[in-house]
Amino acid sequence: MRRQGVLLTSFAEIYNWGRANSIWPLQFGLACCAIEMICVAAARFDIARFGAEIFRASPRQADLMIMNGTVTKKMLPQVVRLWNQMGEPKFCIVMGACASSGGPFREGYNVVKGIDRFIPVDVYVPGCPPRPEALLHGLMEIQKKMREEPLTGPDAPRYFRKDTTCEYPIPEFGEHDLVPPYNSELWKPPAPIVREGK
Amino acid sequence: METLEQIRDRIVAKFGADTVTLITNPGPSAQHSLLLVAHAARDIARFLHDDPALRLDYCSNATGVDWPDKEIVETVKTTQPDPAGGPDKVVETKTKRIQPGCLEAVYHLYSIALKSAEPVIIRMRTANRTDDVTLPSLTPVWRSCEFQEREIYDLYGIVFTGHPDLRRILMWDEFKDHPMRKDYVGPDDYEWEPTPHGEVLERAKAHYPTPPASTSPKSEE
Amino acid sequence: MNNASTSSAPTTANATEAEAPVSPFPLHSSPFGPSSASGATVRAVNDEFHGDLLEISLGPHHPSTHGVFRMNAALDGEIVTKLKPVFGYLHRNHEKLGETNSYLANVPYTDRLDYLASLTNNWAYVHAVEKLAGITPTERCEYLRVILGELGRIINHVCLVGFLLNDLGTSFTPLLYSLRERERMLDLLEELTGARMMYNFFRFGGLRTDVSADWLARLKHYLEGLFARYLDEQDALLTGNEILLARTQGTGILKPDLAINAGFTGPGLRASGVDYDIRKVDKYSIYDRFDFRVPLGEHGDTYDRFMMRMLEMRESVKIILQAMRDLPDGPVNDPKAKSRGLRPKAGEAYGRIECPKGELGFYLISDGTPNPYRYRVRPPSFINLTILEDLCLGQTLADTIIILGSIDIVLGEVDR
Repeated sequence: MRRQGVLLTSFAEIYNWGRANSIWPLQFGLACCAIEMICVAAARFDIARFGAEIFRASPRQADLMIMNGTVTKKMLPQVVRLWNQMGEPKFCIVMGACASSGGPFREGYNVVKGIDRFIPVDVYVPGCPPRPEALLHGLMEIQKKMREEPLTGPDAPRYFRKDTTCEYPIPEFGEHDLVPPYNSELWKPPAPIVREGK
Repeated sequence: METLEQIRDRIVAKFGADTVTLITNPGPSAQHSLLLVAHAARDIARFLHDDPALRLDYCSNATGVDWPDKEIVETVKTTQPDPAGGPDKVVETKTKRIQPGCLEAVYHLYSIALKSAEPVIIRMRTANRTDDVTLPSLTPVWRSCEFQEREIYDLYGIVFTGHPDLRRILMWDEFKDHPMRKDYVGPDDYEWEPTPHGEVLERAKAHYPTPPASTSPKSEE
Repeated sequence: MNNASTSSAPTTANATEAEAPVSPFPLHSSPFGPSSASGATVRAVNDEFHGDLLEISLGPHHPSTHGVFRMNAALDGEIVTKLKPVFGYLHRNHEKLGETNSYLANVPYTDRLDYLASLTNNWAYVHAVEKLAGITPTERCEYLRVILGELGRIINHVCLVGFLLNDLGTSFTPLLYSLRERERMLDLLEELTGARMMYNFFRFGGLRTDVSADWLARLKHYLEGLFARYLDEQDALLTGNEILLARTQGTGILKPDLAINAGFTGPGLRASGVDYDIRKVDKYSIYDRFDFRVPLGEHGDTYDRFMMRMLEMRESVKIILQAMRDLPDGPVNDPKAKSRGLRPKAGEAYGRIECPKGELGFYLISDGTPNPYRYRVRPPSFINLTILEDLCLGQTLADTIIILGSIDIVLGEVDR
C-alpha cells in the first residue's frame, strides 16, 4: 500500500464509506430536544468522534436532518420546505417523542402527530428528550444504514430510482387544519379518521 | 395598599355605581376581583394606573376565560290544596334556565412603584359568546397587554377595540376557530390507543368501529 | 422630509405633502400587516443615497433566533427600521392540554415550558396550586426548593452567557465552557431526579423525594470549587473584554418607564435600574430569611443585561450556601398533603415566582373537578418580547441578534 499499493474495493463500498463518515447535519432546532442536540455537539458527548460535527445552517449544505422537537402545524410547511431544499442523498433522524408521534402534546390541535406523516424518516430516537447517547446511537444507526445501502436494485436510495420523488408536497394552511392533513403516499391512517362533531 | 373594597368605593364615587362590582373568590387564595363595565373600563384602568395611592403601573397577566352557556335546573316546591278535600299536595316543578355564557378578560395588576405583593384583579365580560364579543383594549394603558390581548383574540375570539394591531398571534392567519373555547372541537387527526380507560375507550371506539380481537385481554374476562 | 435634500428649490407646503408619502411598498400589502400605532412607520427613503428598504424574514429556521422564533425586519442598509416578531411556531397547546389534565399531571408539562430552567417552572406551578388549594409546604421542603430553584437559575444563566456570546459571533467556544458547567450540574440533578432536563420533581406541599446529605455535600463542593473557578474565569475572560464591550455597550437601551409599562421583568428590568425582584417583593417561600443582594444596572443596555446574569449567579450561590447551612431536619412531604387526585375548592389563584427569565405566573381557576377549569401560564419570555421592536429600531441587524439574545427567550415558553 505504501509504495505502489492497489486497493481493490467495490464502488458502492467506498462511496458509502465516505459519506457515512462525513455527515453534515442541518443546524436546526425546534424545541427542548434541540438543547440536547447542542450538548451532543459540545465537548462531553462530542459528535465529532463520528465525523458529524459540522452543523450547517443552510439546508443546501446539509445531508442529515435531526428533527428535534415538537413540529407544530404552523411550522410544518417550513420543515417540509427545508427537507426539500436539502440535496440528496439525505437522511432524517427523528429525535424525541414529539417529532415521532406528537409525544406528550399529541392531543394538541396545533401539533403534528409524527413528522413521518409528511417526510420519510430513517431512524427514530425515542425519549423525552432522548439522552445524548441515544442520539449518538441514532447517528450510528444512520451510518450503518449508509454503509449497507446498495446503489442499484429495488433497495437503492430514492435518488437513484426513477419511481420515487425527492420533492415532498408542502401542505397549506387551511381554515381548521393543514390541507392535506398528511401525505397519503407516506402514511396511511390505521383506521379511518373520524371527524366527530359535538 | 388599599383594600379592594376601598378601591371599589373610590371607583364608584368617581365613575358611578353601575361601573364596578366586587366579585369574591371563595377559594383559600382569597384573591377577589373587580368586574368592570366595558364602556368605562379604559377610564377606570387609566385611573388605577395614575392614582397616586394605587399606582398600578404594571399589568402582569392578561388572559381570557370562557364561560359557556350553563343549564341550571331549579326545583321549586309548591303546595296545592287538594280539590277532594284531603291534605295539601307538595308539587315539585323543575324549571330549566339557561344562564347565558360570556367571554371574560382578566387582568392582574401590580404596582412596581409601591412594590405591592398581592395583585389587583380586574375583569371584563362580553355580552355573549357569539356576536357581541367586543371589549375595550387596555393596551393604551399598559403596553404589556399588547401581545396578550392578541393572544386572547386568537384563542378566545374577544375583539379588543382600540388595540393597535389586533391580528392572530399564535395560529396562522387563515385559521377560523378559537381553540381555547370550551366548545372547540379540534381536528381529530390522531388515533387513540384502545386502552380500557373510560373516556379514552369511548373515543377509541369511534376510531375503531370494530376493534380487532384481543386488543385488551382484560375486557374479555 | 428626506426628499427635500434632493429637490433643487423649496416648494410650497402643499407640494411637499403630495410628494412625500411614496413608499416603495405600501404598508397594507406588506407581510407585516397594518402598521401599529406604537411601532415605527416605514420611511419612504428612495433617493440617490438610499436604496429601497429591504424586507427580510429572520427565522423561523435561523441559528440565532434561539429556536423557531421569527422576526420580520425592514432594513435600511444595515439599520433596522421596522421589526415585527411572529410567534406560534412552537405553539403546542400547553394551556388547552392543561385544562384536560389533572393538577398533578400538569407538573411534567411545566418542565417543557422553559426547558433550560425546568425546576423553577415546576416551582411556579406548584406555588400557584398551593395557593389555590391552601397547602403549606413543610419547612425542609422550602429550603430544598430554594436550593433547587437557585440551582435552576444558575443553569439558565450559565446557558444564557454561552448562547449570548455565541450570538456575538464567537462560534461556539464560550458556549463549550458554559455547557461544560451545565453538564456538571445536570449530573448532580440527574442523580437526584433521574432526568437530565425534565425533572418533574416538585409536588404540592413537598418534593418527590428527599435530598441526601451526601448529594448536598457534593453540590456544595462543586459550587465552592469548580463553579467558583468558572465564574472567575468567565469574569476574567468576558466582563472586561474589549470586543464584548464594543458590541454590547450602548446597544438596545431600555428605558425604565417603558420597561415597566411593557411588563418587562427579570434581570432585564433590573438592568434598567428598576429594583423589582419578586423574591424580595413577594417574599414567597422563605426568601426573606436569606441575605442576598439584587444587582441593578444603570444604563439598561445589552451589556447591563449580560452583567445582571453574571452577578446573579454569584448571588444564587450565596443563597444556596445559606440554605444548606440552615437546612432543618424533618419530613420533606407533608403526609397529609394530597398530590394525586387533588380537587381544590372552587376558586381561582394567581401565583408567581421570580424565574430566571422574569416573572413566571400561573393563573388557575378551579371548579371543584380534578382538572383545572382554566390553566394559564404567564410566560416571562413572551411578554418581554413586547418591546423587542423598540429596542432594535435604529440598531444594526447584527446587534438585533445580540439584543434578542440578551432578552433571554425560550420558545417553549413564548409560544407554549
